[in-house]
Amino acid sequence: MWDYTDKVKDHFFNPRNVGKIENPDGIGEEGSLACGDSLTLTFKLGEDKKIKEAKFQTFGCGSAIASASALTEIIIGKTLEEAEKITNNDIADFLGGLPDEKMHCSVMGREALEAAIANSRGEDVSILRERHKNVVCQCFGITDTEIIKTIKENQLKTVQEVINYTKAGGGCKECHPKIEELLIGTMGVSEDTAEPIPQKSRMTNIQKIKLIEEILEREIRPALKSDGGDIDLIDLDGNKVIVALRGMCSSCPSSNYTLKEYVETKLKEFVSDDIEVEEDK
Amino acid sequence: MSERTVYADNNATTMVAPEVKDEMMPFFTDLYGNPSSMHIFGGQVKKHLDSAREKVASLINAEPSEIIFTSCGTESDNTAINGILAANPNKKHIITTRVEHPAIKNLCQTHASNGYRVTELSVDKTGQIDLDELRESLDEDTAIVSMMWANNETGVIFPIDEAAQMVKSKGIPFHSDAVQAAGKISIDAKKTPFDLLAISGHKLHAPKGIGVLYVRKGTSISPLIVGGHQENGRRAGTENIPYIAGLGKACEIALQNMDNKQSQIRQMRDRLEKELLEKAINASVNGDVHNRLPNTTNISFKYIEGESILLLLSAQGIAASSGSACTSGSLEPSHVLRAMGVPFTRVHGSIRFSLSQFNTDEDISFIVDKMLAIEKRLREISPFTDD
Repeated sequence: MWDYTDKVKDHFFNPRNVGKIENPDGIGEEGSLACGDSLTLTFKLGEDKKIKEAKFQTFGCGSAIASASALTEIIIGKTLEEAEKITNNDIADFLGGLPDEKMHCSVMGREALEAAIANSRGEDVSILRERHKNVVCQCFGITDTEIIKTIKENQLKTVQEVINYTKAGGGCKECHPKIEELLIGTMGVSEDTAEPIPQKSRMTNIQKIKLIEEILEREIRPALKSDGGDIDLIDLDGNKVIVALRGMCSSCPSSNYTLKEYVETKLKEFVSDDIEVEEDK
Repeated sequence: MSERTVYADNNATTMVAPEVKDEMMPFFTDLYGNPSSMHIFGGQVKKHLDSAREKVASLINAEPSEIIFTSCGTESDNTAINGILAANPNKKHIITTRVEHPAIKNLCQTHASNGYRVTELSVDKTGQIDLDELRESLDEDTAIVSMMWANNETGVIFPIDEAAQMVKSKGIPFHSDAVQAAGKISIDAKKTPFDLLAISGHKLHAPKGIGVLYVRKGTSISPLIVGGHQENGRRAGTENIPYIAGLGKACEIALQNMDNKQSQIRQMRDRLEKELLEKAINASVNGDVHNRLPNTTNISFKYIEGESILLLLSAQGIAASSGSACTSGSLEPSHVLRAMGVPFTRVHGSIRFSLSQFNTDEDISFIVDKMLAIEKRLREISPFTDD
């Protein structure tokens, strides 16, 4: 069992400001179902331009829920200028600290806040995301921008610390050399060096996953099921949709055809025309 | 902690049975002799050592001389594999499965980085292996095949009979990590031709710190721990008599209870599973429900996360476990469920309930009530919904 502070436990067992504000002034979404944690933050500004109301929805562990709850408490009453200075450490400190391995929960809070503020200013959140395109950790979809920012803010020195704070490198470990490079190079590296890649879809990961699940359920599953097969969404990595074919489909010689010609076409039609479908091996 | 507690994490460890504790106590007071000694203090203890060995042997229908006492299941697994590899230095291929306990998985990975070729057999979406894949993987260079009898996370039981016969027909040593199976389902050394088998005391109501390695007569292995002549020179070190006596008692009880108690446990498990699947939204069972330990159910709840569920269960006094990444300490979700191709979305919300003879029908109703309330609560917080 993790060693959570009383404050973390309090915010987990009695989360503040749960929900979603209708017609918010700012909305930010981070993480994904596939990663095991995800956060939607919404807020409304008062006439004094301060955050009057903030709400969150979280799928995740105890510290993810506590971090999101803490985040709403921290930002209420602050101007956007004040709010954007909040770091993941502020969230962790507010909670009396988080276990090292759980620091990424506070980072998720900071990122959702960043996205919500950008959204409230009418900035295209996808611009923010374009800067975040250079995925270092394929397992959890973590970009160099996020890693560098977290290394700087928390003065991280080792790969293990980067794993604890960002989750990057916590899966297959293949990106560890890359993380080491980022650790070595960070002080001399500008956050804006990553070349922006234009992104057609302005959907966030959460929206995209939801939509894909919906299309699979409505458009694709019924057809596969009539042939004794089924399909599951395994993961989403940028525009790459990773699925597993089940039942008859998994042994069907034309499964690749099914994936490319049927599933991919449908997803292109309903979700985004740059979707690529791959089978989970 | 709430007033009522329900322990439903018996695949992690079990309560020491009261009879087991009673059996152990004299060895902390009057019966302190060293069984190797020639005097009466040693002699009377030696009798208890022999008797415990017979009881353990009976549980798996083996000969007492085939039983080696160790400190835990992991030591048994290590001795089995390392002992066979050391005795057959020319063979450099190990076959195991993708869903083994770390005691086997990490050990084999260590051998892989030291030049061994390791084949990990895949499992299908029910967690079952394919015997054809095993057949095709066996070759001249294969030193050992190690395959768990039953899986700790899902309870799925492998076809050990067929696998062992196939492997033995090629003259290759066969080891099974039976830590989860022993005491829950019948294991018969006269019927199934395994050469080596690992058992752990604390999974069957004996204390932690005692394990067993079965080594079939005629199988040559090199000892892991070298020293005195204990255990016929196959495991040195003065015997842990109190724990060995406790384990003997635990095995005796397990054998007596195999039919009636295990079928009661199965009924409770089936009711727990049925009610949760019926009443929870979009819940599903992980694993082959037709070949499964009677006490285990592994259920995925959609759109809610395992650690949060465990924390809330724990606040209600209920102990269970999860395959979620967040409970593992390594951020890595369950390798067992991933090997089965369970989508991430379901791995993170997976909860394992594992029962024992000390659970009651009231416990099951209590778990169902609390689990459904927790599901509702976490779904209210979750950004994901079905609509």
